[in-house]
Amino acid sequence: MKLLKLIPDHTNIHFLRWRVPFYVASLVLMALSITLVATRGLNMGVDFVGGQMIRVTFTQSAAAPVAALREEVTALGYGEPIIQQFGKPNEVSIRMKLPEGSDKDAGLADAMAKRITGDIKVRHADVRVDGVDSVSGKVSKELGWTAFKALGLAALAVAAYIWIRFEWQFGVGALFALVHDVTLTLGLFAVTQMEFDLNIVAALLTLIGYSLNDTIVVYDRIRENLKKYRKMPLPELLDLSVNETLARTIVTSLSMLITLVALLLLGPDVIFGFTAAITLGIFVGTYSSIYMAAPILIWLKVTPSSFVPTESALEKQERLAREQS
Amino acid sequence: MLDFPRWKQTFYWLLAAVAMLASLPSLATFANLAWPSSLPRPEVNLGLDLAGGSHILLEASPDQVRRQRLEAMDEDVRQRLKQNAPDVRIGDVSTKDGTVSFMVEDAAQVDKAREAVLPLTSGAGVTGQRDWDIQMLDGTRIVLTPTQAGIDLAVSQAMDTATEVVRKRIDALGTREPTIIRQGADRIVVQVPGLKDPAALKSLLGQTAKLEFKLVDTTASQADIAQGIAPPGSEIVPYADAQSGGGAAAIAVKRLGGIKGDSLTNAQQTNDQRNNQPVVSITFDQAGGAKFAKLTTENVNKPFAIILDGKVISAPNINEPILGGSAQISGNFTTESANQLAIALRSGALPVDLKVVEERSVGPDLGADSIKKGGIAMLVGTTALAVFILFTYGRFGVYACCALIVNVLMILGIMAIANTTLTLPGIAGFVLTIGAAVDANVLINERIREERHRGRRVVQSVEMGYKEASRAIFDANITNVIAAALMFFFGSGPVKGFAVVLVIGIITSVFTAVTMTRMWVANWLRRARPSELAL
Repeated sequence: MKLLKLIPDHTNIHFLRWRVPFYVASLVLMALSITLVATRGLNMGVDFVGGQMIRVTFTQSAAAPVAALREEVTALGYGEPIIQQFGKPNEVSIRMKLPEGSDKDAGLADAMAKRITGDIKVRHADVRVDGVDSVSGKVSKELGWTAFKALGLAALAVAAYIWIRFEWQFGVGALFALVHDVTLTLGLFAVTQMEFDLNIVAALLTLIGYSLNDTIVVYDRIRENLKKYRKMPLPELLDLSVNETLARTIVTSLSMLITLVALLLLGPDVIFGFTAAITLGIFVGTYSSIYMAAPILIWLKVTPSSFVPTESALEKQERLAREQS
Repeated sequence: MLDFPRWKQTFYWLLAAVAMLASLPSLATFANLAWPSSLPRPEVNLGLDLAGGSHILLEASPDQVRRQRLEAMDEDVRQRLKQNAPDVRIGDVSTKDGTVSFMVEDAAQVDKAREAVLPLTSGAGVTGQRDWDIQMLDGTRIVLTPTQAGIDLAVSQAMDTATEVVRKRIDALGTREPTIIRQGADRIVVQVPGLKDPAALKSLLGQTAKLEFKLVDTTASQADIAQGIAPPGSEIVPYADAQSGGGAAAIAVKRLGGIKGDSLTNAQQTNDQRNNQPVVSITFDQAGGAKFAKLTTENVNKPFAIILDGKVISAPNINEPILGGSAQISGNFTTESANQLAIALRSGALPVDLKVVEERSVGPDLGADSIKKGGIAMLVGTTALAVFILFTYGRFGVYACCALIVNVLMILGIMAIANTTLTLPGIAGFVLTIGAAVDANVLINERIREERHRGRRVVQSVEMGYKEASRAIFDANITNVIAAALMFFFGSGPVKGFAVVLVIGIITSVFTAVTMTRMWVANWLRRARPSELAL
């Protein structure tokens, strides 16, 4: 059987030659993402802003009558809903602010959910209510804070781990690559206005894990080559390392994409946003481990001597003892 | 590296076999097949987002517990002094500023008063602190200040009782396998799978069910009540709704001389024989029955108010003494709400009010749909991935695919043994783990290829491939475990489920993709002694 070879042997692409333009492009994209998140904002789900979300499916229709639905729900007098399709066009989520005073009387939120679902059911015979989420303002603030903490801690913890296992420059590089990946993904959510909820935070955490996967594989090879070719200029050495791991990078990314695309196209609609975030993250993560994580080592002046065993404390003691005697 | 003695091989296979066997009951369930009841049946739980059901987070207010303790202490102090030191005259009892304080009229008796109230306090916590601090002020005033340890203990006890009450109420609804867990200092998580009507559950849990019977103060004028002015010794209590008050919004009741409804032995929803309206029939225990008989005997032809959670549900006339120890609570009930009140009364009053701060309900159809779609996506994704890997790595691809299958079954089996919950994001985690597990094989196989190109001999290339790739695999997996652990600690329900799948998947994938494949490759190398690797 002739085996598939996506990357020919002895491939030697000078990736690092374009490091400056790519870095500039990435920094611009990051700035754009931050600006977008700041100005346009993320489409926060009830997890983070509180409120009520009702999910319904119009089982017999090709698409949900969003405009009619908006009018009908608004007419009930609870304020204007945010209605959004997710997964398939006939599935929508209806988000409402919780009624005034519902932090004291939980019955108000219930009454609202009952009225809205009751009204929709009367008007549309094929509606199936798939779920109701109510999150109070207090809980949503806590959820937001813990999500933020989890993301921040995860990034710092893995960077610290890499610092311990490699060198501080590698830790900084990995952290920067992570920030890059998460920022661009957030940017995507700001552009598409897909709903940003707790699941997406889980997706971002996964992204941190898997984007690092790539970075670590490249870094591991750089470390190995730094010990092996002590005289080789750093840019050349980085190119060599990236090329040597390129076949693995491509095959693994493709493996992940195969399963993710299956999940995107055939999987449960409710986690479409979640899967989309991870899929994008695979692309961005692969790119960033080559163009963000590697070149930064040049600027942070990694040297082969970082990995040459130096005199240990014990050896120093022995040497001093020898010199004295 | 390639040395696998027989005992090691047996051990690895045994480990894999046990985990894989444990996955069978879950697979049978997914495929709608019956599992013989004589066999053990570890099974993966389905999260609420897959099975349908409700997740409700209830929160109590510690302030309320604090207030209640002050009021109780106020009453205890008066009673204690009356009983144990009747000659000590006190005055100006106050519960202001979160403390209970009173004046002792004769300064010489302060110590005696202090002695008398001391037994009202008790130890709290492990540090030997007491639950109240007793101080003397200006020589005549005694101040009881609740300590933090005392408050914490009281809140904790109240939450324990509340959790128990919540459990009784949910059990009374007859739902299957509810999960009721205390969370943090002042919260209770309730998860009820397969629940049809979460609204009924919530209104049941939201009801404190503190029942009181108090005499109506008929001297109060309607105008005064409307302005909230109560005659001395009385208080104004609002009606539950306009209908039960017959137009009036509130009523004046006497503060003292009432009965609390916590001494009930039974409560049932029945219908009033006269007008067939739904009512709640209650039965007092012996002591409660005696008190009730006394109250009704002494106040025939006077109205008394039935107060539920601080609201009057009705204020009927006492037509005759009620001596049998049972009574009917009438009010503006539907059969449903009367039944709910009966359940609430049977299970006892909540020591604190609970309010719903978070609720997530999922219909059963959506969950079933998600499982089906998740299963299909997994099957298609895994098959496509297997084909891709087979074409890329040939024989080594076969090993990788076998490892993949063992991996999937092992994850499912370990989840079943550990009794973990599969959630919707968990399905995504499953699919993702499969993609990531292949990464280890890719790293190894690419490395073997590379070593072979560098001119190493076959066996040596394989050995070097596993050795050199292991370092990166290890580092990468550790960072993933770090991320998953943070997800577990900070995430809520579904996200936690996702993190659990990730961690189990990381462990099994290292076992299958590295250890198992190495074993298979070693066996093949020893048996076939190939002179060239098709890679």
